Amino acid sequence: MTMATFMQQLTNGISLGSLYALIAIGYTMVYGILRLINFAHGDIVMMAAYFAFFGIAVFHIPWYITFLAVVLLTALLGIVVERTAYRTLRDAPRTSILISAIGVSFLLENLATYLFSGIPKAFPEFKFMTTPFSVGGVLIQPLVVVVPVVTILLLFVLLFIINKTRLGMAMRAVSKDYETARLMGIEINGVISATFGIGSGLAAVGALMWGMKYSSIQPLMGVMPGLKCFIAAVIGGIGNIKGAVLGGFILGLAEILLVAFLPSLTGYRDAIAFIILIIILLFRPMGILGEKQTDKV
Amino acid sequence: MLKIEDLRVSYGGIEAVKGISLEVPEGSIVTLIGANGAGKSTTLRAISGLVKPKSGRILYMNEDITGTATEQVVAKGITLVPEGRRVFPDLSVYENLKIGAYLRKGEDLTDDYNWIYDLFPRLKERSWQMAGTLSGGEQQMLAVGRALMSHPKLMMMDEPSLGLAPLVVQGIFDIIKEVNKRGVTILLIEQNANLALRAANFGYVLETGTIKMSGTGQELLANEDVKAAYLGKKKK
Repeated sequence: MTMATFMQQLTNGISLGSLYALIAIGYTMVYGILRLINFAHGDIVMMAAYFAFFGIAVFHIPWYITFLAVVLLTALLGIVVERTAYRTLRDAPRTSILISAIGVSFLLENLATYLFSGIPKAFPEFKFMTTPFSVGGVLIQPLVVVVPVVTILLLFVLLFIINKTRLGMAMRAVSKDYETARLMGIEINGVISATFGIGSGLAAVGALMWGMKYSSIQPLMGVMPGLKCFIAAVIGGIGNIKGAVLGGFILGLAEILLVAFLPSLTGYRDAIAFIILIIILLFRPMGILGEKQTDKV
Repeated sequence: MLKIEDLRVSYGGIEAVKGISLEVPEGSIVTLIGANGAGKSTTLRAISGLVKPKSGRILYMNEDITGTATEQVVAKGITLVPEGRRVFPDLSVYENLKIGAYLRKGEDLTDDYNWIYDLFPRLKERSWQMAGTLSGGEQQMLAVGRALMSHPKLMMMDEPSLGLAPLVVQGIFDIIKEVNKRGVTILLIEQNANLALRAANFGYVLETGTIKMSGTGQELLANEDVKAAYLGKKKK
């Protein structure tokens, strides 16, 4: 393999990894605050892609307005899902709420199939994002550069919110101890809604870039990325935001570089995530940046 | 200031508080003493809105606050220093204090920090340390400091002496009196009856969910039954 192809694959890997990272953050944030794996998260990504499709291709709304609306609508969808399917089960056993999450996932998938049909739709084209330019013999789509940059920027904004703002402080408190957080005057339902809103908003950004990259959307498009991003969150240490981003990058790079170096294994592309997951669970179950849970008596 | 009338609380069919009535006058230190399971913590949790009473009324400054949400109870000026301190381990000492003032958004908190750091110089030294790394006594100081940051009118404390060395406990009680002098009414529950009754103006003795006795701190300290049951002294 030439240096140029290697660089090409490396940028592709970083780009895919940052997409995974954006979606993985949503899993990890929700887990951090509710101890719930939100299985509907991948399907929220799918809904966001459809929102964008309708905005641009059907209603011909300018793309920048559509994108903003998609992020807001998806955030709202996440909040509605939490209010209806999870909040009512707040005091129920963990398993019930997990089953509810799987139910929401099926509901969104089938609702999308019913409303939009199962036939894939073409995501609107963004020529300025996909027309490659050449850097020292390496052909790069602007999108491949834009995706990681957007991800890193959003990560910094998110870390700022969590570490420096009043809302972020409340989120950290609620994730540790509901009752004591309430004794501080924190309205925990509001904080949980905000968490779902932010996580789903980030997923929407991921969906927009996913649509531009793969240009075709269908009702089950969220399933595999959803699973992989969940794995990314576990690899990095679930509950840890930097871990989710790290896990996303590891997964994206591993997937692309495996295909690049060992083309004969291309068919196993989707398996690599699960293999990494098994290895991590065997040797470091708390994830790379996760901390061992110790209960102080 | 706080008046409880015939309060009953049950957990899944078991009645933990069986109709208690008590009063906390403004500016006083009132203590509830009693053994484990007497219903002391449940009473405080009901006042804080963490558990819903089955019946009875809780009046605060002549307003019925029975069943009010915890956040609103805090906003009205009632704070609870929970049992076992429950500081936020991943937040720094400074942030723990800051979150105590969560509802006072936009206010200048400089004087409050200074006051807390004055009361507990140890916290000032450790203000950037994670609260989880503090000793038990320091965590208790932080829990009290955090509660004070909300500018409470009534501070309820659940077993502040639990698991602490005698010298540290004495320090905490000195602080309680100091805070009370500043105009904060205190409702204290304790297993260390001796210390609590000495500090309190008035005390109630709880036994299996009912009030068995009440009186001023001195009266209860001198009472033969209290001595036998809670102060470890034999009946004459």
